[in-house]
Amino acid sequence: MANVRNTARPLSPHLGIYKWGPHMAVSILHRATGSGMATVGTGLFVWWLVALAYGPDAYATFQDVFTLQNGQLNILGYIVGIGMSLSFFQHMASGVRHLFLDAGANFELRSNKRSALTTFAFSILATAIFWVVLLEKAHG
Amino acid sequence: MGNGTRLGRVRGLGSAHEGAGEWWKHKVSAGSNLLLVLWLIVSIALLPGYDYATVAGWIAQPLVAVPLILLVLSVTFHFRHGLQVVIEDYQHDETRFVLIVLLEYFTITVRVLAIFAILKIAFTSTGVAA
Repeated sequence: MANVRNTARPLSPHLGIYKWGPHMAVSILHRATGSGMATVGTGLFVWWLVALAYGPDAYATFQDVFTLQNGQLNILGYIVGIGMSLSFFQHMASGVRHLFLDAGANFELRSNKRSALTTFAFSILATAIFWVVLLEKAHG
Repeated sequence: MGNGTRLGRVRGLGSAHEGAGEWWKHKVSAGSNLLLVLWLIVSIALLPGYDYATVAGWIAQPLVAVPLILLVLSVTFHFRHGLQVVIEDYQHDETRFVLIVLLEYFTITVRVLAIFAILKIAFTSTGVAA
């Protein structure tokens, strides 16, 4: 493509020289969680639907990958389940934060940092509530 | 700021004349994603069980199958745009073109596969709705 970088030219001040703060973490996490859900999450979602469409045997195969004999989630089930739910809530919270930034609001350093930290607090809390509901039900 | 002519700034389109539209559609799909995915995960959390009959019977209901199809449309639109932005930011040579084409195929495949599966479940499930 046209814009191959000329390596003889200097780079502008880049990621490496800035002190990391919550605003940078929330920004790259928005991309990471979005890309993760778009690939892994989409794959799981489509597999789930197609297995259901094929019938009980295919659905049992899907379930076996993520559950133990007794029907409880196995390690992979927990990693994928918690990973996807945490990704969703984080992406959702930082997405809402982006709506305010897009409107030109929330660029003051203090409130920008606070809203970045709020997205972390929200995603962890929402994920915890989601799993408490799920596990309460599974274990009576 | 301070770039562009006054007319150009009022129109707010930039040099490509379509960036603002892409951006806006991305935001609109973000809003529908928020509602639809929240609905999906709350519904899944509230299902009485996760056996085949319960889940297939749940999906077979019109007011579940249709929101699920809307979710597929909204989410695939949103991730197609989002991943393209990621690709454009990090890939600067021919791989950019290749990845965007693959992304296009991936998106359409996912969209058709998911919607077909939902319709098949909805039209063939004999399970009683959960």
